[in-house]
Amino acid sequence: MIAAQPQTGTDTSPLLQTRKLTRILPAVVPVTLVQDVDFSVGTSEFVAITGPSGSGKSSLLYLLGLLDRPTSGEVLIEGCGTADLSSAEMASMRLAKIGFVFQFHFLLPEFTALENIMIPMQKLGRLSAHAQLEHATGLLVDLGLEDFLHRRPAQLSGGQRQRVAVARALANSPDLILADEPTGSLDSAATEQVFESLQAIVETQKTTVVAVTHDMDLAGRMQRRVHLVDGRIDYDRVQS
Amino acid sequence: MLLLRIASTHVRNRLRQTIVSTLGVALGVGFSVAMASLMEGSQRDFMTTLIEAIPHVEILDEKRNPAEQPATALYDAVAFHGLRPLEDLRGIRNPTEAIASLREWIDGDFAQRLSGQSVLRYSGQDIGMTLVGVVPGRELKVSKIREDMRAGSFEALDATANGLVIGRKAAERLGAELGDTVTLTSANGIAKRFKIVGLFHTGITTSDEGLAYAPLKAVQILLEKPDIINSISVRLADINDATRIAARAERQLGYKAVSWEEANEGLMEAFVVRNAIMYTVVGAILVVAGFGIFNIVSTIVHEKARDIAILKSLGFPETDIQQIFVLEGLVIGVLGAIAGCGLGFGLSSYLATVKFEVTTDIEMTRLPIHFSYVHYVLACLLALFSSGIAGLIPARKAAKLNPVDIIRGAT
Repeated sequence: MIAAQPQTGTDTSPLLQTRKLTRILPAVVPVTLVQDVDFSVGTSEFVAITGPSGSGKSSLLYLLGLLDRPTSGEVLIEGCGTADLSSAEMASMRLAKIGFVFQFHFLLPEFTALENIMIPMQKLGRLSAHAQLEHATGLLVDLGLEDFLHRRPAQLSGGQRQRVAVARALANSPDLILADEPTGSLDSAATEQVFESLQAIVETQKTTVVAVTHDMDLAGRMQRRVHLVDGRIDYDRVQS
Repeated sequence: MLLLRIASTHVRNRLRQTIVSTLGVALGVGFSVAMASLMEGSQRDFMTTLIEAIPHVEILDEKRNPAEQPATALYDAVAFHGLRPLEDLRGIRNPTEAIASLREWIDGDFAQRLSGQSVLRYSGQDIGMTLVGVVPGRELKVSKIREDMRAGSFEALDATANGLVIGRKAAERLGAELGDTVTLTSANGIAKRFKIVGLFHTGITTSDEGLAYAPLKAVQILLEKPDIINSISVRLADINDATRIAARAERQLGYKAVSWEEANEGLMEAFVVRNAIMYTVVGAILVVAGFGIFNIVSTIVHEKARDIAILKSLGFPETDIQQIFVLEGLVIGVLGAIAGCGLGFGLSSYLATVKFEVTTDIEMTRLPIHFSYVHYVLACLLALFSSGIAGLIPARKAAKLNPVDIIRGAT
């Protein structure tokens, strides 16, 4: 494994970049999930990662989100290498710079929609308690959930939960949102709502969204599409 | 604060398990406190009884080391064979002078005694007795014999030159009563008649059946030891000073002086061992309670694997995850400790009211309970330590969980 040295970010560095990114699961017969992936994503991009099942889409996303460590290669965020970061430093970077949306909402069931959104804010501690409440409320209102602020996840519909998850991903105003099949468990109406929410984030907040999806229609509506086959990039093209 | 809120929410949402675990800790703390209160209470009760029953310092007519023979003092480089030690009449001579010299620097009361063996005879029956010659006024200042008097009075010894105070059991054995005249015979064969002026009951059979008090002068005549005593009892104003005072008195008078601590050295050691056993049992109870906490926190970690993955994906480091689950253990520990303190106080208060009979004389007594905040603090600290460890083990496991494995499992 070639350990890449951390680099100092510059204004011209892409938001997200990978260098020969490889992830192999150790086993009796090692399983290659991602292999030699080189690509970069700039600010305010809406990127779809597509590919057949088992092509390494989610594995790539976890590597990009610093939830997993590559076997070799490196992820650079704003030009800074992450290979040598400790797990605490990676957690800190996730907290401040990256938001996640998963296929299942993954909200904390004991907390209300508002509390779920405020938890990452409280952890970061960038805003005052009042400002946190105001920001969290604003996010939910923007996503059309003003009537559900104090509902727990179990009291919300699938689409509403997923929109709360999107709001939570935006809580600390990250530069990058990574979404893993964000509409995979939703009906078509809810899918449309969540997609529009993500699109609005890209357009209005200049936040980059990288979303893994099976839905070719949705992928076709995003600015750029990276297609994976067997853990490698098959094609990477900008869509009109 | 955020971590504590998450931990409290987890615990609150498993109310039944939380209550069971909290009860486990509460019972542990409660019984520990009650047991410690009872043990220390009984120890203090025993010590108080003991300290009140015996002199704080007793100066005896013995030497700690055998007295040097004059020839040895003069010719220490020479070995002597076949010399017989100088015969000397045993006892403390000039007791008045000795007591006066002690009184100059010791804050307390003094009483001189002369004890010896004798046989008490009445209506054809004999009982071996330890006869103690006392100055009644002084004796009453250093002992609690007045409280043990059941008939007559100890002060009557002052008014009656041949007065005798014996145990009620001894009197019953002989069939003698207050006012009867009995005969005492010394080891030298000298007999003297005494009149029973008082009967006592201490509860200690050896004393009640084998101890007799008479005026010092009368005993000195009976034992043929004029102006000699064989012990000086000292009751101190500050019992904690006993060891120092005993050592100085021994240096000053040359006679062996024993403090109450030295006299009961074995007993003190037994108390240390007893306390060690008590705290081991208390610790064991709380370890058992700790298993309850371990069980609930492990269950929460298992059930909350997905939440752990969520928190990690949100940017919570491993240390935070570990802290959340340690806090869960501690939350249960704190709740249990608070409830346990209440339970312990209630139990101790109840035990303090329990009455029961201990002797055939139908003496009602209560369980000796000593209330001390130290018992509560110690039990709570042990409970929190146990809870912390019980939470830490599953917490470390939680912190090591790989969020990707959990997310993949969920999807």
